[in-house]
Amino acid sequence: MRLLPLIASTVATVGLVFVLNSELAVTKKVRLGYFLSPQHGFWKNAEKADASFDASIVANELKGKVDVYMDDRLVPHIYADHDEDAYFVQGYLHAKFRLWQMDFQTRVASGRLSEVAGSDKLPIDRFFRRLGMVYGAEQTEKYINEHNPEMKATVDAYTAGVNAYLKQLAPEDLPFEYKLMNYQPEAWTPKKTYLFLMFMSYDLTGRSASADLQLTNTRDYLGFDLFDKLYTNQQDSLDPIIPKGTVFSKPSISTVKPSNADIAYLKKGLDTNIQSTAISASPEAPDKNNGSNNWAVAGSKTKSGRPILCSDPHLGLNLPSLWYEVQITTPTHSTYGASFPGSPAVIIGFNDSLAWGVTNAGRDVLDYYELKFKDSSHKEYWYNGNWKTTSNRQEIIKVKDSADVVENIAMTHWGPAMFDEHYQSPQSKGRNLAVKWTGHNASTGVETFYKLNRAKNYDDYINAISLWKCPGQNFVFASKSGDIAIKQQGSFVARWDRQGDFIMPGTDSAYEWQGIIPNEENPMIKNPARGFVSSANQKSVDPTYPYYLGTASSFPLYRGISVNKRLNLMDQVSAEDMQHLQTDNFNVFAEVARPALMKFIDVNALSGDAQRMVKEMSNWNLYNNEHEKGITIFKMIWDSVEDAVWGDELAGSPIPLTKPESFVLLDQMNKDSNFSVADDIRTKGKVETLKEQVNLGVAHATKKLLELEKEGKLEWSSFKATRVNHLTKLPALSRLNLPIGGGANIINATTENHGPSWRMVVHLTDEIEAYGLYPGGQSGNPGSPYYDTFVDYWAAGKYYRLLFLPKAKLIANERTKWHIQFNKS
Amino acid sequence: MKNIISVKLKFIVSVLLSALLAYAIGIFGNIPWWFFVFSNLLISIAIVQTPLRSFLSGALGIGLLWFVMAYGIDENNKHILSVKVATLLPLKGSSGALVFITSLVGFLLGGLASLTGSFVRKS
Repeated sequence: MRLLPLIASTVATVGLVFVLNSELAVTKKVRLGYFLSPQHGFWKNAEKADASFDASIVANELKGKVDVYMDDRLVPHIYADHDEDAYFVQGYLHAKFRLWQMDFQTRVASGRLSEVAGSDKLPIDRFFRRLGMVYGAEQTEKYINEHNPEMKATVDAYTAGVNAYLKQLAPEDLPFEYKLMNYQPEAWTPKKTYLFLMFMSYDLTGRSASADLQLTNTRDYLGFDLFDKLYTNQQDSLDPIIPKGTVFSKPSISTVKPSNADIAYLKKGLDTNIQSTAISASPEAPDKNNGSNNWAVAGSKTKSGRPILCSDPHLGLNLPSLWYEVQITTPTHSTYGASFPGSPAVIIGFNDSLAWGVTNAGRDVLDYYELKFKDSSHKEYWYNGNWKTTSNRQEIIKVKDSADVVENIAMTHWGPAMFDEHYQSPQSKGRNLAVKWTGHNASTGVETFYKLNRAKNYDDYINAISLWKCPGQNFVFASKSGDIAIKQQGSFVARWDRQGDFIMPGTDSAYEWQGIIPNEENPMIKNPARGFVSSANQKSVDPTYPYYLGTASSFPLYRGISVNKRLNLMDQVSAEDMQHLQTDNFNVFAEVARPALMKFIDVNALSGDAQRMVKEMSNWNLYNNEHEKGITIFKMIWDSVEDAVWGDELAGSPIPLTKPESFVLLDQMNKDSNFSVADDIRTKGKVETLKEQVNLGVAHATKKLLELEKEGKLEWSSFKATRVNHLTKLPALSRLNLPIGGGANIINATTENHGPSWRMVVHLTDEIEAYGLYPGGQSGNPGSPYYDTFVDYWAAGKYYRLLFLPKAKLIANERTKWHIQFNKS
Repeated sequence: MKNIISVKLKFIVSVLLSALLAYAIGIFGNIPWWFFVFSNLLISIAIVQTPLRSFLSGALGIGLLWFVMAYGIDENNKHILSVKVATLLPLKGSSGALVFITSLVGFLLGGLASLTGSFVRKS
């Protein structure tokens, strides 16, 4: 009789377990019972707010003893008796505080997101596989294993450290995101370190992977002559990294432009192709604003008589941060700075003799070659009048809850045939395209940082960076002994003018890269008379440099002008002055562009609202400060004017084309008010002047501005709404609407989700005086009080004094809080 | 009188045993989170009560255990994580609601498991 209730309640119990244990759509695929269970799920990640980080860890892999002291910001100070032990512990600590992030970033780089997140992520995975990310990491791994025992030992020790942490990690202590997304971590490998570094190469040089296609299609659409006018490479106001007028030595590689290039490559004189399908930016394209500032001021310009070095890399702003602060001290060296969870050593920082920093060089090191395959087997392609054979590379993509996806990629002597009939984007338009990229080549990038961490002087610095290949960087340098220098270093292609801006013919050896520029010919400058060196992603050299750098869109103009202008005027500089400069919000672009606009604005013809807006803009102090409204108005008006001027030229294409760079319109406004492109070609029989277009732009902008005003979003920081995104982009785990000024073209280059990702100021006094912070926190755990510790301070433009001390002094320091011991047994 | 005491005692012992065993199993992170279903089942087979009392003792055992743990963790954490999770789920960022939902899940499943046990004995 009681059987029925038994069956009913058994079914109910089993059913409830099943429901609570499944990834249901209604719970956003969270296994609710597991996730909520206080002994298994997310509650275990809710750290005690006053938790102690003291610990004693035994690891057989160690050679000796390691002491780690954590300061009040949770920065570890590693004191190891052996170098390899220091990297072991660095790996261990990266894993302890950033495990999920390390796993996630290498999954992105290696096209393995679908494996844990499902088929939604297939487009990203396929893109990275076909671009050759895994291939590149394999080349580096092979090279280091065969030729570089020192780096192999370093990366192996780091790997062992990560895995030692994983080995003792209890299932209930898995990082929060694993529980949320319901998957398990896997062992770290050296290859994952190289994959992470490939990702940085992609992030900083991979824009060409979409830009080259976009430029090709835009050129086809407009015709070369109009293209060359709108997308000009001539930047009249350029203030290059190496001061204008510097004499460059005769090039060792004389580049030869192929004789048929005007027709077969640049397509000069061809009719415009209005029917051409236009293109959209690839969703995976790295941020155009990826860039940075760095500079060093010589003792002749500082109050102390010692150099000061500053570096602030501008990258996507994420939680957990790309950066993790660390001090590493061993008998061979002592260094401090920002490290990459995923890689050994300090990446941007200083040691007890000198400091270094990097900005992106922006040089074009990725090209497409159009292939002519013999047939659909892709086994042969046409090259210099012969059929050349390919090899096949298979990439197997595992997909959660679905069958594997297999990519068969024909490997050519150019590189992988990224696009073919099996893989197309709106941009590739049915072409077979091989990609050639310096990122594919084996690289010992880790070694550069390994050596910089140990460098004692200028020669060591030059020696360390000479190994650097990809992504090309501007390495700034300053030493206690008083030297300052900057060198643009990387594997740079010796290009002829406009080589590689567009897709090149892959059938003709005349379009091959004609060499890699020797290190000695890379732009550099040491102890210049002006007393400072600097870079802000602008072109490194003026047009007298014998090699072509790449398109102007890769080289933002204005930040460099701002930095140099300010540094030129400064004297008796202190570390505090340098902090103010790094967080400076002056808008040098608007300084030139506002009067240019005003020249064309017919105030009396405007509506009352428009007049009010224009007045507010004219009264603006030209600083992109948090509460200014003038900058919002200026930006909206400028953007609307650009839309009015370029809109018609680009409007015929079904998918939007990239607008020309702002300096193009500004230069035209300043020198030629009869600028022919201003005419709207859609209005037949009527010729619009620039003046009409500007006033049209003001009217359009006013409409949008009134809406913003109604929403209370006219103040710059509300309009810009800067955020630091969690890597999953979940708003609940991100920091939104930060009160911060800055913007594109501003030294404080903080845009919506992008900006100074690590601000560092190092004063090279006897006892180094260093300041820094990044918009994040040392712990990657959203349940830790150290998850976003530095964000508010960063937004406010403040700095922490960095503790860089010998062991005894650090132990005695009042900011030292915890001790983690590592012993062999 | 003796009967009433014994009924109350059984209830209290069931609640405490249920919480204690569930906690003990939960220490082992490799054991699935829902394994307290078995301990509750065994307790209600061993200690005979009416189905309603079985349900309530199992429900309160797990529900209270989860409440105490979640509440304690949340206080020690100063709500840092619960606010984020309660935004994610979405519970409008309310830590209290999240602690409640957590307890409710334990309450329901704990109760059903014990109810099933009480029917085993009677069928």
